[in-house]
Amino acid sequence: MACLGLPPKSGLYDPSQEKDACGVGFVVDIQGRKSHELVRQGIEILVNLTHRGAVGADPRTGDGAGILLQLPHRFFRRELAAQHIELPEPGHYGVGQVFLPQDETVRARIEAIVAQVIAAEGQRLLAWRDVPVEPNAVGEVARSAMPVVRQVFVAAEGLEGEAFERKMYVIRKSIFRLTGEAFDGIPKGFHFSSMSANTIVYKGMLLAEQVDRFYPDLCDPAIESALALVHQRFSTNTFPTWDLAQPFRMIAHNGEINTVRGNKNWMNAREATLASPLFGDDLPKTFPIMREEASDSATFDNALEFLVMNGRSLPQAAMLMVPEAWESHTSMDPDQRSFYEFHAAVMEPWDGPAAIIFSDGTRVGGTLDRNGLRPARYIVTSDDRVILASEVGVLDVPPAQIKASGRLQPGKMLLIDTEQKRIIADEEVKRGIVERHPYRQWVQQTRIGLDDLGSAQRPEVLDDAALHLQQKVFGYSREDERIVLLPMATSGQEAIGSMGNDASLAVLSDQPQLLYGYFKQLFAQVTNPPIDPIREELVMSLTSILGLRPNLLSEDCDQVKRLWLKQPILTCEDLERIRAFAGHGFKAVTLKAIYPVAGGGAALTEALDRLCRLARKAIDVDGATVVILSDRGVDRDHAPIPALLAISAVHHDLVEGGLRTRAGLVVETGEARETGHFALLVGFGAEAINPWVALESLEGMARDGILPTEVSIADARARFVKAAGKGMLKIFSKMGISTLQSYCGAQIFEAIGINRSVIDRYFAGTASRVGGIDIEQIAQETAQRHGRAFAPTPGEPSDLLASGGQYAFRANGEFHQWNPETIHLLQHATRSGSYKTYKAYSAKVDDQSRKMATLRGLFELDLLPEAIPLDEVESAEIIAKRFCTGAMSFGSIGKEAHETLAIAMNRIGGRSNTGEGGEDPARFTPYPNGDSARSAIKQVASGRFGVTTHYLVNADELQIKVAQGAKPGEGGQLPGHKVDEIIARVRHSTPGVSLISPPPHHDIYSIEDLAQLIFDLKNVNPQAVISVKLVAEVGVGTVAAGVAKAHSDLIVIAGHDGGTGASPLTSIKHAGIPWEIGLAETQQTLVLNDLRSRVVVQTDGQLKTGYDVVVAALLGAEEYGFATSALIVEGCIMMRKCHLNTCPVGIATQDPRLRSRYNGSPDHVVNFFMFIAQEVREWMAHLGFRSMDEMIGRVDKLGMKKAVSHWKAKGVDLSAILAHPATFEGDKIRCTQKQDHGLEASLDNELIVEAEPALTGQIPVAIDMPIKNVHRSVGTMLAGEVTRRFGQRGLKEDTILVNLTGIGGQSFGAFNVDGVTLNLRGQANDYVGKGMSGGRIVVSPSPEAGYDPTTQIVVGNTLLYGATGGEAYFHGMAGERFAVRNSGALAVVEGTGDHGCEYMTGGVVVVLGPTGRNFAAGMSGGVAFVLNETGDFADRCNLAMVDLEPISDEADLLEEVDHQGGDLETHGLVEIDPLNDADARLLHQLVWRHHKYTGSRKAKAILERWQEWLPRFVKVMPIEYRRVLEQRQREEARRVAGEVQHG
Amino acid sequence: MGKPTGFLEFERKVEDYQSVAERLQHWHEFTEALPQTAVGEQGARCMDCGIPFCHWGCPVNNVIPEWNDLVYRGRWQEAIGVLHRTNNLPEITGRVCPAPCESSCVLGINDDPVSIKLIEKNIVERAFEEGWITPQPAAQATGKTVAVVGSGPAGLACAQQLARAGHAVTLFEKADRIGGLLRYGIPDFKLEKWVIDRRMAQMQAEGVIFKTGVNVGVDVSADVLKSSFDAVCLTGGAMKARDLQVPGRDLKGIHLAMVFLAQSNRRVAGDTIAEAEWIDAKGKHVVVIGGGDTGSDCVGTSNRQGAASVLQIELLPKPPEERDPTTPWPLWPNKLRTSSSHEEGCERLWSVNTIQAEGAQGRVTSLTLEEVSWSQVEGRWQMTPVAGSRRTVPADLVFLAMGFTQPVHEGLLSDLGVAFDGRNNVQVDETMMTSIPGVFAAGDMARGASLVVRAIADGRRAAKGIDTFLMGSSKLP
Repeated sequence: MACLGLPPKSGLYDPSQEKDACGVGFVVDIQGRKSHELVRQGIEILVNLTHRGAVGADPRTGDGAGILLQLPHRFFRRELAAQHIELPEPGHYGVGQVFLPQDETVRARIEAIVAQVIAAEGQRLLAWRDVPVEPNAVGEVARSAMPVVRQVFVAAEGLEGEAFERKMYVIRKSIFRLTGEAFDGIPKGFHFSSMSANTIVYKGMLLAEQVDRFYPDLCDPAIESALALVHQRFSTNTFPTWDLAQPFRMIAHNGEINTVRGNKNWMNAREATLASPLFGDDLPKTFPIMREEASDSATFDNALEFLVMNGRSLPQAAMLMVPEAWESHTSMDPDQRSFYEFHAAVMEPWDGPAAIIFSDGTRVGGTLDRNGLRPARYIVTSDDRVILASEVGVLDVPPAQIKASGRLQPGKMLLIDTEQKRIIADEEVKRGIVERHPYRQWVQQTRIGLDDLGSAQRPEVLDDAALHLQQKVFGYSREDERIVLLPMATSGQEAIGSMGNDASLAVLSDQPQLLYGYFKQLFAQVTNPPIDPIREELVMSLTSILGLRPNLLSEDCDQVKRLWLKQPILTCEDLERIRAFAGHGFKAVTLKAIYPVAGGGAALTEALDRLCRLARKAIDVDGATVVILSDRGVDRDHAPIPALLAISAVHHDLVEGGLRTRAGLVVETGEARETGHFALLVGFGAEAINPWVALESLEGMARDGILPTEVSIADARARFVKAAGKGMLKIFSKMGISTLQSYCGAQIFEAIGINRSVIDRYFAGTASRVGGIDIEQIAQETAQRHGRAFAPTPGEPSDLLASGGQYAFRANGEFHQWNPETIHLLQHATRSGSYKTYKAYSAKVDDQSRKMATLRGLFELDLLPEAIPLDEVESAEIIAKRFCTGAMSFGSIGKEAHETLAIAMNRIGGRSNTGEGGEDPARFTPYPNGDSARSAIKQVASGRFGVTTHYLVNADELQIKVAQGAKPGEGGQLPGHKVDEIIARVRHSTPGVSLISPPPHHDIYSIEDLAQLIFDLKNVNPQAVISVKLVAEVGVGTVAAGVAKAHSDLIVIAGHDGGTGASPLTSIKHAGIPWEIGLAETQQTLVLNDLRSRVVVQTDGQLKTGYDVVVAALLGAEEYGFATSALIVEGCIMMRKCHLNTCPVGIATQDPRLRSRYNGSPDHVVNFFMFIAQEVREWMAHLGFRSMDEMIGRVDKLGMKKAVSHWKAKGVDLSAILAHPATFEGDKIRCTQKQDHGLEASLDNELIVEAEPALTGQIPVAIDMPIKNVHRSVGTMLAGEVTRRFGQRGLKEDTILVNLTGIGGQSFGAFNVDGVTLNLRGQANDYVGKGMSGGRIVVSPSPEAGYDPTTQIVVGNTLLYGATGGEAYFHGMAGERFAVRNSGALAVVEGTGDHGCEYMTGGVVVVLGPTGRNFAAGMSGGVAFVLNETGDFADRCNLAMVDLEPISDEADLLEEVDHQGGDLETHGLVEIDPLNDADARLLHQLVWRHHKYTGSRKAKAILERWQEWLPRFVKVMPIEYRRVLEQRQREEARRVAGEVQHG
Repeated sequence: MGKPTGFLEFERKVEDYQSVAERLQHWHEFTEALPQTAVGEQGARCMDCGIPFCHWGCPVNNVIPEWNDLVYRGRWQEAIGVLHRTNNLPEITGRVCPAPCESSCVLGINDDPVSIKLIEKNIVERAFEEGWITPQPAAQATGKTVAVVGSGPAGLACAQQLARAGHAVTLFEKADRIGGLLRYGIPDFKLEKWVIDRRMAQMQAEGVIFKTGVNVGVDVSADVLKSSFDAVCLTGGAMKARDLQVPGRDLKGIHLAMVFLAQSNRRVAGDTIAEAEWIDAKGKHVVVIGGGDTGSDCVGTSNRQGAASVLQIELLPKPPEERDPTTPWPLWPNKLRTSSSHEEGCERLWSVNTIQAEGAQGRVTSLTLEEVSWSQVEGRWQMTPVAGSRRTVPADLVFLAMGFTQPVHEGLLSDLGVAFDGRNNVQVDETMMTSIPGVFAAGDMARGASLVVRAIADGRRAAKGIDTFLMGSSKLP
């Protein structure tokens, strides 16, 4: 591959979608002692983080690695001396580390610019130094793009210290800008790794181990530094991009900035208004602050550097950009809170998972995002070093040398100052910053709330006639009232629906669509996690600030009033009060957003131009600080400008005009009514919204009696607003964004069906890849709605809205692909076995998709004039093996329906999917008649329900569900009433207790985390194919490339239209995109990266016929998933009531009365798949393919239908989907080789050998071994082996006793099983005991450790995730999310981070120390006992689902304890029965065991004075769980009583 | 959406009938209304399907789930709004429609379907009672004139839609009263005639001009019609009945069913008809040939007139008691239908062919029947007589209810020169326009004899076609 850097945008591939993540770390000598040794340690850290990076197709080319050091003065002095140049003293010169293109003439020109700028800035160019490199040390791909690396030395002239550093910044930025101008763009390969008087960065497209081999400088003993900051990259591509390696100039970042689009826009918007006291006139030389095409991390670095150069301290800049979650942090220091509050108006947060480490050469530090979504562990050594990294154990430190062991906490900072020679803890760093100015006072002076505005007359309530007219103008239907508004207004929740979206894409629909319908929500998958906005509410915020934004660079209070809104939905009164308020620098101006409807697109364009002009004038001339865009005032001649178009046009225009930060934007619109609409308006720039027709409609609904009488209109309004807020948070959190401020303008949407002309002009920066409608059609759709309002249907009552048809089939409404005809034809065909009827069905489906439903309907196949003989085409039986059924959990559908699919798929050699919900082990054994109900695909989803080791080893494929088509980025909930006895058993939960699936996998916040989970699963079941299910959205191709690099064997690309048992309607409708685009993007990107041959690609999403399969194959899919169609064959009639448990055909229900109505049969399902296969064969014959393999990826056989005359669809352009980046060589465009999972390096290979006597003869063995952090998933392969041989029951306790010493890598003891004890002396990283099914894990620090273990971190984040059994003892503290989704493990720990016991459904957790915030969020089962020493546990516990109780005492227990006289050594183990043992007994036994296994002194102290300690424990009891247990006890008592009576 | 679990809580209910003895005493409708709360409960049985197959199965696409829900919630006035949006004559369909909607009701897959027809009738009757049904005259007149020829359901629906769109509509009817088959084909005990008059009053107020007793093609020539109106809609039905070609057909006492029914309706309406012309079943042995709805109406009418016996015969085999697998849900099922008239006393025979009629003094006295067996030969059904199965049954009156073959071509249709389709019906395009520009056709005339509800659907479609033809576009649904 001879290209340099990322390839240009082509087809569906877009380099701006590239993502990366990684391992980061630093080592620093607190005393500031420089040494070469420390540099070596930095490199060693890198090498020990290798597994967090990745390699591409070329195993010797890494994704990038680098190191940031203090300027090695001694070394440079020596080096320049060789050039006979004498270096000034440190601080009086700076060094630029430059990547230059290989082309000599280009290089010479750039170097000339460098010289020229240095001179122009009054500094002196001392010398150039060629940095020696060893090209053979790197891989071929990296070498192909290798730059020339040179150092430029600049002597300070008349400047020193920070002033000189600023000058270096100006020089660098000027060089960059001038080079860009000279070459009309930055020449590829040109990059400043660093340019500073303090630091230098050596980096490149390197593997960790190659860094010092490539740069021999780093091996020179003269290179010395007191700090070394390193970064190991894992990118989603394989392109050689030297400049994207990190560290950047100030930071190294692990994570992803989700809001970067908005952040860039906002920064750009500020440029024009910035005034810098420090730079003065030099400021414009530093523009642009950031490059449009730079990565998120690079952009973050740019912004941080800009702030620092402008005088903010490094930690202050970090606080500004990544503020803590302060909004609902009640116990935060008031000054600190005020600091954040004041700065909220200054800058929107850069949101997303982030571990950021930074350095300016003297100070080094790190901080985490507000939710702590990346790991960062540190240790302090007795020789005054601090070692911080994504993992502990990256440097070998003898246990005795460890003085302290800790972790970065969410939003917290750690700073080491080598000048002050000390560690500065978070509170101290921040106190110093927040006390610099009277922020509390400033906030009081500038902040006003709605209540401060005084009263105003609200506009008159519309009467019925006026309301109905407006409703029609804005396209309201009866569905909008009944299905959208009513649930919001009555329950404060968005409406829930089920099954997938089968309505036409907006651009293909004959009905006029609101513009919102053309935008699809983006969502986090793999490279960043979605957030749970309900259970993790404490990080979420809807705060919106209206008014003039303070100057980013001034640290002063401008005394201007700004309006703080708690949430962005304004009632009509609110808006009037804003309009009426003026003064103190606050002024609102209203602009009319309507246009003369008869003028069509031209009039609309003109109105938009005018609106933009007026907005600029209002701000610039009239001094407005709030601009309200209003579509009130529609009449016979005027129609509303679609609100989304109006806001985005004005927002972009003001950004461009540099006016955006001078005023807030409010939309007063009759159009918006769904949460999706509100999110879109905010995403494209609105800071507040008054949905006036929606609110008026509530009044009308109250008058008409549609609202229940018990809901007052005030309540209805409040609930509607609440529902809108909650819904918006859900949409933000889907993308991993927590605050409205960072979502505002972030444009986290993809347009489907909008022409480039509209996008570029009004929605710049939004992905839109298939073209579509232009301004004329937008006007036309508006005019159609307007026409229906002003010229109503004859004879119809004027108060009757259209029926709708979006959510349910209506004959004259929206077209649905599943309709009475297609459904009954398919059912008749498969029941009667009639291929002829099937063909009638498929003709109907294919024809309708051609006409007006799907993108594939716009394709045309390149058929041969004469088909090849059908008998030459491979058989239907062979083709059918490529078919799968979709993931539908046992729970979402009933037992009969679930097993029917499994049996059918096993009969044809395809694969069925368990879905998220486990599988009854009884199904693992085939039936006597040869049928088997075992699902070949076992899904591993975020809830990990039923994911036991036994489940995992009984799979042919293990599927990691990252996202689901119907609701990507969201979690789920199985309500308690659906959790019956058998479902509870399979899911390892309690009948009657609700089960919550979190939005993210708590062990996948990042791509390298996914690699780890894949590794875990491969270890537990090496025979299984590991697959990852993604949902199509822009960028899914790059995510897929990352997933391929993470060693997934199979990637599923699901379309947006997949089904669901329950999901918010807006998600069903408005998230994700069609698989045609996602699949094509994936294929193109994988082929571009030469990764396609390593993975199988599967697609699903409303596949219905052989034609669909053929299109999918030609676009690159090897396998095909069917879910809705298979259900329809079983009898589903698209009731769309799955979420109500009332499925009348007994499929999506657990109600036995209804399940008895089930009438499906495996025979019908087999018929269906054989028909499909047969039809595929027929198409193949016409295409000239004899085998499926020949057909995969042959996109050249697809063309766009020539004659598309549909008024909207005619603008669609499919050429990007049909692009193909390479030749059609079979080994490049489909899977031809297996992934190398690197299992041979597993420590378990040795463990299994050593455990042989136990594995073959159940003879106990004890194994002793050292362990390092690079040993990951230790015990997992062994656990799989034990389960394969001994089944779910495993072995007798302690049969395999493994004693390990050192630092455990990630996933220590994952999926451990009964009979295996893992005893680790040292520490462990994240995911200890993940999915533990049994056995015991003990982690305690080395006895030599130089600290009190109780107060220090011993294990990482996300422990015991999804554990179903076993016990675990941790002598020390754990990180965030301890025992998340635990459903059966017993665990003792001495302290936890935030979100402890989140989503727990079973098991027992004992915390013998402090907990973080948000303990027990979403905890529906199990119990926790927390030692509440400081008495404030209640403040840190999320009490939404749990109660806190004292531990019930038990007299005989005390007696028993007393009797033993505190002799902890001798009395024996007692069986624990968490459900029936009394609390005190249970707690005592667990503490006792904790002491026994770990030797914990704290445990000992507690046991010794049990009666004193017991009252300090709090029992955390889930309310629902208690209710169910009590009920069960009562039933049991009744049963016993009954037996006695009848006995 | 009604009540989510309503279908599990409530059983299907429909209106009860008066006892046979009681209802045979009169000509009135004999259903006994359910209390409205009970009707609401029936609405609660609706599951508000994601795909309401009923709505698809209904030829006028009544949005059934919406009004089921409204009725359950007691919002009757809104319900009539939704109902009228798709159906001009719900009071008719609510009485006489065989309710294909109920055959395709999802609940009907494994349970009793929702009583849709019952709810429909209750909505419209309640609305009339409450005075909610008022004329909906057009806001402004278009100045265009349209003639609708034939006042059956197709003509009524078409005329009402056109009038509401602002056209000046004249509805011609050759009989003395409007209604077509509704008036003279369907007996009063199934549809009392004030029901038609009530709707006619509304239409008159909306501007429709009714001209009864005008036989277009005779009284008004085709040319005059065409030149006097901007558009014409032909809704004259498929009046040509299938006749019986057997020896003895000429005997007195053998009548086309429609002749019998029409006369009976006139007598019930109080028209004076000379007793000599009476076709009266009193004390007679009646044989009805043809097993369909018309035959059934003959049975009911004969029994009310006091027939000594009634025998109904059908050439085709007896349908299965339950849905035939060849017509699975949600299709209109082939199955045995037993009407209220059958319950009133009648013998039914299937697979019976009529060989000849015998008589005395020119009057029929008996029929000779023969059993036949049906078998499939190369996919086609073939009939074979069963040897030795001939027998004779007494027959004083024989009614031929064997269906209708086509519209009457002679006169108006041939004068206009419209083209016919392969089944001799008037050929129309998708806008219901015939081969003559500006001339449209709807109902049985264009599709052959069929259901009232299909005629309404066609009439509405034709109205939209006409409106579009006249105005370039149409706001009509």
